[in-house]
Amino acid sequence: MSGNAVRPSGRWLVRAVPFVWLSLFFLVPFVITVKISFSTPATAQPPYLPVIDWSNGLEGWREFFYALDLTNYQMLAADSLYWEATVSSLAYAATATVILILIGTPMALAMARASERVQPLLVALVVVPFWTSFLIRIYAWIAILKPEGLLNAGLLKFGLIAQPLEILNTPLAVMIGLTYAYLPFMVLPLYAVMSRLDSSLPEAAADLGASRTRVFRTVTLPLAMPGLVAGALLCFIPMVGEFIIPDLLGGSETLMLGRMLWIEFFSNRDWPIASAVAVLLLILIVGPVVIFRGAEEKREEALR
Amino acid sequence: MQAPSPLTAAPLLRIDGVTKTFGAHRAVDAVSLDLAAGEFLCLLGPSGCGKSTLLRMLAGFETPDAGAITLHGQDLIGLPPHQRPVNMMFQSYALFPHMSVAKNLAYGLQGLGLDRSRITERVQSLLRLVKLEGFEDRRPDKLSGGQRQRVALARALAREPRLLLLDEPLGALDRTLREETQGELRAIQRRLGTSFMVVTHDPEEAMALADRIVVMDRGRIVQAGPARELYERPASRFVAGLLGDVNLIAGTLEPGEGESRSVCTAFGPLRAVPSPAVASAASETSVVVALRPERLRLGDGDTILTGTLVDVAFLGDRVRRQIRLADGTVLRASTALPGDPGDLGIGQPVSLGFAPEAGWILPA
Repeated sequence: MSGNAVRPSGRWLVRAVPFVWLSLFFLVPFVITVKISFSTPATAQPPYLPVIDWSNGLEGWREFFYALDLTNYQMLAADSLYWEATVSSLAYAATATVILILIGTPMALAMARASERVQPLLVALVVVPFWTSFLIRIYAWIAILKPEGLLNAGLLKFGLIAQPLEILNTPLAVMIGLTYAYLPFMVLPLYAVMSRLDSSLPEAAADLGASRTRVFRTVTLPLAMPGLVAGALLCFIPMVGEFIIPDLLGGSETLMLGRMLWIEFFSNRDWPIASAVAVLLLILIVGPVVIFRGAEEKREEALR
Repeated sequence: MQAPSPLTAAPLLRIDGVTKTFGAHRAVDAVSLDLAAGEFLCLLGPSGCGKSTLLRMLAGFETPDAGAITLHGQDLIGLPPHQRPVNMMFQSYALFPHMSVAKNLAYGLQGLGLDRSRITERVQSLLRLVKLEGFEDRRPDKLSGGQRQRVALARALAREPRLLLLDEPLGALDRTLREETQGELRAIQRRLGTSFMVVTHDPEEAMALADRIVVMDRGRIVQAGPARELYERPASRFVAGLLGDVNLIAGTLEPGEGESRSVCTAFGPLRAVPSPAVASAASETSVVVALRPERLRLGDGDTILTGTLVDVAFLGDRVRRQIRLADGTVLRASTALPGDPGDLGIGQPVSLGFAPEAGWILPA
């Protein structure tokens, strides 16, 4: 057997592995979820109808497809609660993304400008929180934010407030949790782009008479834009569907799609409507991303 | 565009005792230098000699630890880079990759209070200056190296600076393009009358470009002057070797003074011109006689040195020969092609001569 004959098939295998992996663990579950979203809830195992009757052959499949309908989506559209949850999820995620950009950009810039010996340490410090469980870190925020928590204790001690602040179980606590948890996802892509930026570019801009703000606005920021977009998407997408943070920090009043989904699924055991929410969530997130990427590509094309 | 201004007595730029240290390393050490309006000056030296640091202090990207920098009597050190009336052309060109050529050129013009049509007009005249008409909408990554270099030059000239700093402006170009561009750079400088200060590590480039060369070594200025003076009358062995090939023959001074002095060497006494450093030095002082290869004459009547031919290299416009002397010292002699003695075989005895004013005595 010659080496040449082996190589193409080896390459094929390398390409096939991720493809098979994604089909198996993403595409198939997604198809199942979409199917369940067209089903009807039932007190059964599994808790929905129809299920394919394998013994009936082709007729079983026919019956199965006829039994699927859009009832769950009609329910979602009719119930204002879901609309409110959708709007509120998008609002939380968008606001947090803006705050993350405002905090993450100067942070990434400072990291990229730090001396080369310190930079690996700074990156390590950003990554260190991942060594602790996400759940535990969010629980820790309860201990900080609750009325008798660390924050209030500190503020009371220094006489800055007379009454403990009500932060836990408010939208503010959700915002704090979101910005805290997603900051690394904003900072790291921004830092990656900014640290590779040729340092003579901002110098050249300053040399040509641009003030610090103009240098940032016209040179640094546009060149860091790919990192900023990547960071914003990395944060925005999971935040729209975030469940743990609103559940632990936001209290029962918080309306977010992730929580709605959880409640439908586990509390109400309504798998079909939960699946419909999941599909809606996916469309909400993927739609804008696809449109945005398309627009970006067109803009890039036009510049060439 | 401003009219060419004649060289005047009052310097445009004055650098006075400027020092800069990075940690324990003294990058620039008490450097003083004047630059006349309209002058083309080259800072020449090996990498790490402090020439780039000096340039960056003029642009405002580094702050000197001590000393003063004034332009037209106005202190520069207190000014941030964007307020200094000097511009810099970067070694990497530092063209903004997300902007077209026209936008790169217009960048420095925005904020000068010019209206749109004035800026467009100025961009067009800059494009004409560097012969890049029709390239305004290109992006830097769609330009050749030579075109990028010209955009960088035009952008640095956009604000009509009194002084333009150029960091290795031709370093990224290949050899033929570099020689062509040297001429263009000089022509542009003469036409605009702007003072140019170029940093380079290439002696040929410095000689081709500059009215005056300032040689730096380990943070200090070791010699400054026109190319010819530095080449023929270097102040030290370092400068002599930096500006071109040189033969060095060791010896000791014999008693005497005046236009030429005699040096006692292994090949007998040699008469040569003493450099200022050794003009009145005591006899027995160790010195070297510096001889440029093209100053050595082959088979001449007044023979001074004899040796054996060990190598001949034909270089097109000249022939370079290596001659081993009795003690093993190898000298290089270069003769222009018309007038070359021709068929001397390797291993043959060769006699060498040189005029007393061709030898230059330097401290050992």
